[in-house]
Amino acid sequence: MAEIDRLIGARPARSWLTPVVRLRAAIVLGVLVVWQLLAVSRLFYSDVVPTLNTVAEALAKLLASGDFYWNLWVTIDEIALGLAIGGVCGLIAGLIIGGNKFVAAAFERYLYYLGPTPKIIFFPVMIMWFGTGAGSKIAMGAVSCFFPIALNVAAGMRQIDGVLIKVGRSFRANPWQMATKIYMPALCYPIVNGLRLGLGVALIGTLLAETKLSNRGIGFLVIQAYANFDMPRMYAILIALFVLAIGANALVARAGGLADIKHK
Amino acid sequence: MSVAVTARRWLPPTVGLGSFVLVLVAVEILIRIGAINRFIVPLPSDIAKSFARVVIEEDIAHRFLLTAWECLAAGVLLTVVGVAFGVLLHHVRLIRLACETWVAAMASAPLVLAYPLFLVLFGRSALSIIMLAFIAGLAPVILKTVEGLSATRRVLVDVGRSFKLSPAQQFWKILFPSALPTIFVGIRLGLIFALINVVGVEFLINFGGLGQLINELAERYDLPGTYAAICFVILVSVLFFATTERIERWLRSTA
Repeated sequence: MAEIDRLIGARPARSWLTPVVRLRAAIVLGVLVVWQLLAVSRLFYSDVVPTLNTVAEALAKLLASGDFYWNLWVTIDEIALGLAIGGVCGLIAGLIIGGNKFVAAAFERYLYYLGPTPKIIFFPVMIMWFGTGAGSKIAMGAVSCFFPIALNVAAGMRQIDGVLIKVGRSFRANPWQMATKIYMPALCYPIVNGLRLGLGVALIGTLLAETKLSNRGIGFLVIQAYANFDMPRMYAILIALFVLAIGANALVARAGGLADIKHK
Repeated sequence: MSVAVTARRWLPPTVGLGSFVLVLVAVEILIRIGAINRFIVPLPSDIAKSFARVVIEEDIAHRFLLTAWECLAAGVLLTVVGVAFGVLLHHVRLIRLACETWVAAMASAPLVLAYPLFLVLFGRSALSIIMLAFIAGLAPVILKTVEGLSATRRVLVDVGRSFKLSPAQQFWKILFPSALPTIFVGIRLGLIFALINVVGVEFLINFGGLGQLINELAERYDLPGTYAAICFVILVSVLFFATTERIERWLRSTA
């Protein structure tokens, strides 16, 4: 430690070594040190708080195994299908609700209030409807992401600048041109934002369903590690999963941000 | 004139409710003529009938109180910790710069997936559920607290300065009241996440209140009961959102 401090102190201050970076490094280091001390102190069962090297080993083993990628692929497949189905339905529902005041007054409150209810409770129903295989997980993903996408698109539709629509009309744009030249570019940001939120909840819906009843997928790996009481492996899976989820979220957000800049 | 206005006001909700009832009637007919398998989708009339049975036989009042208590405990925890952390982030710029993106990233991680970990740490107990709901709902409270405090109008802060308020007075008399509506938005979001996670984890680990009820009825293959229990949970959550939304509006109007 002292050696590192000396080296850092000796080095001329670089632009990237801002106080923020230092504080972040200190926090991360602090957490890791406390964790390691807890693990070594044996205050907890060593299985519950394993040492950092055990977790690192488990993570390396996990990332090196083909098993993980196979299950990851299963889950990604389910989420992608769920997102596609729920997304298209949500988009259509959002366009209709956002485009028509009467429909909005009649139905939007149902979407608005159903949106934040816990979706996982529909899982027994989904098992009955779509079976115990991938179908029920895809359905969970689709049901979960339908609501944020529909609500975002509906809100986006209402925020479209009326002038743009008038311009389209005065150019006598046909419905297809109106959709592709006026509505779609204006709706880009709400759609991407809805997709980002939808991806988050679809991920949770699908993975939770996998932990409840399945024999493949990342959710299954987590619950299997729990059943075998292989805690280092569970930590490793959760770390990998959180990194992937946060990364995917940031990626979609960035794509949306870029599109937004282009649009402006 | 007034009749037309009333009609315009009441027609859309009536159409909304009417189409919902129509769908139920259509499903009832389709099941009765055998187009939908009644062992997969139970008759809506059977679901309605089983409401009373579920309420009486499954001790729903007790389950409801248990779930509500878990949500309340998680809510108190995430309010205290979340607001305190938000205040810290707002006051110390360096910590805010270092941690705010982390908190935002935490909000986008599927934390509820760590529930098996919580089972190991805290046992298969209400404590596990409360802790998970607390962690899952924490990020919005922190972010909204920071947002609310930062958005305090400059004029108000300057008024406080000109009255030579101490930092504590400045906080309690100026910053906090001005940020309260936004902080409540955060707390409401946190509570919604807490409710979702409490019910979800109860269902997943088959422990506790309303979530477990659905799981048990489904495992007993009591289909009308399962559907009725799901409707009940949805009703409870909708009531909860509506109530907290009212409070939020009231806070905004008084601010």
